[in-house]
Amino acid sequence: MSKTITIDPVTRIEGHARITLHMSDKGDVDDAQFHVTQFRGFEKFCEGRPFTEMPAITARTCGICPVSHLMASSKACDDLMAVDIPPTAAMLRRVMNYAQMTQSHALSFFHLSSPDMLLGWDSDPVKRNIFGVAASHPELAVDGIRLRKIGQDIIEMLGGKKVHPAWMVGGGVNAALTAETRDAMLAMLPEGLDIAQRTIKWYKQTLGKFDEEVRTFANFPSLFMGLVSPEGGLEHYDGYLRVTDEQGKVLEDMVDPHNFQEILGEAVEDFSYMKFPYYLKRGYPEGIYRVGPLARLNVADHAGTPIADQEMAEFKEMHRGAVLSSFHYHYARLIEIIHAIERMTVLLNDPAILDHHVRARARGNRNEGIGVAEAPRGTLIHHYKINDDGQITWCNLIIATGHNNLAMNRGVKQVAQHFVNGKKLKEGMLNRVEAVIRCYDPCLSCATHALGQMPLHIELRDAAGELCDEVRRD
Amino acid sequence: MARQKLPPTQTLTMKIDDVDVTAKPGQTIKDVARDHDIIIPGLCYLDGLSIWGGCRLCLVEVEGMNKLLASCSTEVAEGMVVHTDSPKLRAYRKVVIEMLFAERNHVCSVCVSNGGCELQDMAVELGVDHVHLPYMDPDVNLDSSNDRFRLDHNRCIMCTRCVRVCGEIEGAFTKGIGGRGIDVRIINDLNMPWGESQTCTSCGKCVHVCPTGALVEKGTAAAEMDKRRAFLPYLTIMREAQR
Repeated sequence: MSKTITIDPVTRIEGHARITLHMSDKGDVDDAQFHVTQFRGFEKFCEGRPFTEMPAITARTCGICPVSHLMASSKACDDLMAVDIPPTAAMLRRVMNYAQMTQSHALSFFHLSSPDMLLGWDSDPVKRNIFGVAASHPELAVDGIRLRKIGQDIIEMLGGKKVHPAWMVGGGVNAALTAETRDAMLAMLPEGLDIAQRTIKWYKQTLGKFDEEVRTFANFPSLFMGLVSPEGGLEHYDGYLRVTDEQGKVLEDMVDPHNFQEILGEAVEDFSYMKFPYYLKRGYPEGIYRVGPLARLNVADHAGTPIADQEMAEFKEMHRGAVLSSFHYHYARLIEIIHAIERMTVLLNDPAILDHHVRARARGNRNEGIGVAEAPRGTLIHHYKINDDGQITWCNLIIATGHNNLAMNRGVKQVAQHFVNGKKLKEGMLNRVEAVIRCYDPCLSCATHALGQMPLHIELRDAAGELCDEVRRD
Repeated sequence: MARQKLPPTQTLTMKIDDVDVTAKPGQTIKDVARDHDIIIPGLCYLDGLSIWGGCRLCLVEVEGMNKLLASCSTEVAEGMVVHTDSPKLRAYRKVVIEMLFAERNHVCSVCVSNGGCELQDMAVELGVDHVHLPYMDPDVNLDSSNDRFRLDHNRCIMCTRCVRVCGEIEGAFTKGIGGRGIDVRIINDLNMPWGESQTCTSCGKCVHVCPTGALVEKGTAAAEMDKRRAFLPYLTIMREAQR
């Protein structure tokens, strides 16, 4: 008899979700769906507000990555104002973006995902969390908390507070950096780099243990998309869109982010509140692509900083063409943390960072503006339209997690087919299904523009939809 | 030589919060209290403008009176015994603030006046940590048609400072009040878009006397609107000196 297994909600991710596995008569997984069950409506209630408020409003989409929304939104406002922001403002925004990258990646790797890797996917769920890690691997837990704090502290020093700083605005930033603050930030960075290097060394040594996960965790051919610098290097703030295929061949290069609609389409499915972007030229759903740390390392030719370049070369050696296993998102995150700290060091050591000219002033000079930046989870697009008085008339946010929607669905199906035996619900297999989702570090609050946290609920249903079995974890 | 009579100077004696104080006839309770370093809360009152008495935050208890009186608009009398702070008054004032928050859409976190808002400060001062009334979430518009300023009805508490400053100080009489009850709104001229007003001089006084983020300069992002209200008493003093 065919059955449906529901995992609801999925835990240790940022947001609310449910997974349904459709089972065939033989007990194999036929299909898998990742449902995002929250709805928020930011795009609607922003209508009518002055565009100058958009960075602050859209930053409230998320408490983990408000900086990313500030970044994309401020850039969309720059576009509406039709200004080139002062170079120092761009440097300062970059510093905050790298600090954000550091703290968010640290959260994903240490707090959310390391319990699976360190304690085992099948270990006691009561202990499989950051507290369990703190008990069994105290040094690693301290490193993780410390690294995240360094990122958060830099955000606070620049913006006045850790979450939702109001410092980034259309036209630049609203306060220049002082030498004292710069020095305080620089003083923290060597420790951060030590932690990041120590962690990546440990991770590479341990990677051998996860062969099965590497092989089965959303390891499939797909396209990849990310921003690259004009030289084709790793880029998080500005630059151009590049799309590569599973062999690493460049399909689209140096696409001006303003023209993203020429390469991306958005589809809607009735089982999820999250939209399904796809690569237009391949259609839906064949135009499946991934974004985020793994995609960025796949699309970029080099990192542009010495230590990250070495690590990236080693990373790219793993697989000819593109690195396809989503398990390697974790690895990519660690490389990006190193890159972020190296970049911050360079930016903060540049005397120009202290320049007082940090804001361009203008009113709305265009009726349409697009802002694109790389958030920790991938490419983030804010697209606004305003009336002549500067009020928003239309707004579309394309979130990193949204780009990965098709890939997450396919990843869940793959891991479920490998680990799920339809005749019985095993804790370990459910954890692996969840862990695949966790590789992408999805931020569903952002992706549906909703709020929340999640326990776990699994339902096993037969073909007629009758409930056969149920497991609940609150 | 016979003693010359001095012109009569009448001094009233009264009690405010158990302190014996003196006052001149014609002074309001709020004025006398302030002369003696007793600060009574308020949102519609502003030095240099006429008295409105609409916000009801400066209500005080006067012994022998069976109702609360607005201290900004009540003149003192001989022997008056006034209490400016009591559990009853604190409770009333909190409800007033809660009603202001519930009536329109005050979203402090993204408001341009966050951190520089008298309504927000008053809520903090009075310990308003919850709004117990259901929010009305009205669908309220913005008027961004003026070249330099914006009127956001979402944040307006109808203190009418803008109306008074526009007429009494600038003499333009652009700002007015339209509608009634819950639908009351600040209007420009005969309820036309601000940008089309023939009388507005774009002096910006209304923006700077506004206690909240209802009247703001365009181009400001969250928490950036810095209101300079101190100019008004100086302006009044200088004008009187000229006369």
